[in-house]
Amino acid sequence: MSTREIDRIEGTGIPVRGDNIDTDRIIPARFLKAITFDGLGDHVFEDDRAAMPGHPFSNPAYAGARILLVNENFGSGSSREHAPQALKRWGIDACVGESFAEIFRGNSLAIGLACVTAPRDVVGGLMTRVETAPATSLTLSVSDRVLDAAGERVAVTVEDQVRDALLAGTWDATGLLLDDFDVVRGVASRVPYVRGF
Amino acid sequence: MGRTLLKKVWDLHTVRPLSTGQTQLFIGLHLIHEVTTPQAFDMLRSRGIGVAFPERTFATTDHIIPTLDQARPFADPLAEAMLSALEGNCREFGIPLWNLDSERQGIVHVIGPELGLTQPGMTIACGDSHTSTHGALGAVAFGIGTSQVRDVLASQSLAMSPLKVRRISVDGELAAGVFAKDVVLEIIHRLGVKGGVGHAYEYGGSVVDGMSIDERLTVCNMSIEGGARVGYVNPDETTFDYLRGRPFAPEGEAFDRAVSWWRSMASDPGADYDDVVAIDGAEIEPRVTWGINPGQSVGVSQRIPAAGSNGGVAEALEFMGLAGGDPIRGTKIDVAFVGSCTNSRLSDLREAARIAKGQRVARHVKALVVPGSVAVRAAAEAEGLDQVFREAGFEWRGAGCSMCLAMNPDRLEGRQVCASSSNRNFKGRQGSPTGRTLLMSPAMVAAAALAGEVTDVRTVL
Repeated sequence: MSTREIDRIEGTGIPVRGDNIDTDRIIPARFLKAITFDGLGDHVFEDDRAAMPGHPFSNPAYAGARILLVNENFGSGSSREHAPQALKRWGIDACVGESFAEIFRGNSLAIGLACVTAPRDVVGGLMTRVETAPATSLTLSVSDRVLDAAGERVAVTVEDQVRDALLAGTWDATGLLLDDFDVVRGVASRVPYVRGF
Repeated sequence: MGRTLLKKVWDLHTVRPLSTGQTQLFIGLHLIHEVTTPQAFDMLRSRGIGVAFPERTFATTDHIIPTLDQARPFADPLAEAMLSALEGNCREFGIPLWNLDSERQGIVHVIGPELGLTQPGMTIACGDSHTSTHGALGAVAFGIGTSQVRDVLASQSLAMSPLKVRRISVDGELAAGVFAKDVVLEIIHRLGVKGGVGHAYEYGGSVVDGMSIDERLTVCNMSIEGGARVGYVNPDETTFDYLRGRPFAPEGEAFDRAVSWWRSMASDPGADYDDVVAIDGAEIEPRVTWGINPGQSVGVSQRIPAAGSNGGVAEALEFMGLAGGDPIRGTKIDVAFVGSCTNSRLSDLREAARIAKGQRVARHVKALVVPGSVAVRAAAEAEGLDQVFREAGFEWRGAGCSMCLAMNPDRLEGRQVCASSSNRNFKGRQGSPTGRTLLMSPAMVAAAALAGEVTDVRTVL
């Protein structure tokens, strides 16, 4: 089962400032009461948007953005995949941040949403630039580990494992995990609590 | 150099290195519930894939179930649709489900240990970040997302990146009125909410060694609040005693063989840790959060930090409506909640009941006790705890996640302040976008319910 290979992501950016923005804020729990991920994009940051009229996700200047700019420990808290699903369904294809919570980053990769990191001053500079000129064209190259902001190139960190999965199209891991199922059966038969004590 | 439990479990469960540099890891136990699985089953169906090891997955319902009226269909059609989907999926794929009519139903992280499903040396996965809880018995347990639930169903394995191990040693002795909850809030406060990213936390030291399994479950539960996806305690006699006789634990001679294997999976003396942190248990006070993440806590005798001490403080104080420099003690509350996968076990209810016995909940406070499982509820009733709570003015409810995340009818209204034994004080977490949460131990919640404000439980012991 092959999935899509992901390398270049081009589009405008949208900055959401703040450290430790948790997944309850990205998508409040009441929107998890559903048996599909459909329609989640309409509710991304719903409560933050209500509390803050100028929230970037309410600002028409950022409509159509594909690259989300965030600060530290973005996506902390709940393991709800609904958070990256909501972002993706809104239109986000990559996140550039200072750091990401571990489960969020894994959930994002599993749906082909690239999370890459850069130092605080670099992220801050990109945010200011996009706030000043929301139409600024950004291009993330996963293979080159570079973000190009209208000609200004900055280095970003893309973990080897994330880069390889995106470039090879194995970010949806099911196919890979089923490639050699006999080996899985072999492990099951050697694990004492599966085999029986 | 000796190996850690994490390394031993990792090596044993490694299927193969993947081309991406990750490891394909066999998952020994998969626990599922109604919230994070319907889409996973849909993905399996649309790809024409079955469940590889249905006998290694167990289901219950916890997040959305009402704790008062559980008659079907539920009043909330969305909740009804979710439970119906779980029922249908379990039937179709041959997965056992402990539903509302089962004496085994409860919060997934309460029933796993309670039934003896959770055992040392296992890899465990569940579509819930608090899966780290199961590490209390010496398992390596991962919270996962829905696509990964699909992967586990399809292949009984996950593509995982390696983890570092940080040993957190809590030594000395805890003072009376200081509980496991306070220990883990202290750890998160010191190491930060992202301090554990990329790490498994191994908890040890005399304080942790002396803890019951219930207490260890509380500590491991909140590992994720410190950024650590995995937290564990090495298995010991306390673990083995806890497991003996549980429904899914091995029996007779098999139990003895299991114990010797479980013992062998504990970290070796002198194991190689990436990092070591030491904490003096005697310094830990009952703790209370004042902010919007679980790292933002102070000892109950301390003052709320002043805005400006760092970037996040001003935002948190504004949301919480608290003033920097004020004592946390005396902060008025509207709601008191004893429950959640962090603190809803029998020992938690006993500690709260000990404070509540013969007292009355403050007139302006709505207080509820939500046991973690049907079995916890029954055990509590057998020793009369429900009566103690009712007589004190607490509501006594059915088992579930309830007001920890308010996916059922139990939720805060408007700007209410809740003294809560749960795990997250995020903005809007308890169901009202402007609702406010103060995390603390169950005994501290009970004390706050009686006084109507944050109180030092040590003064009412």
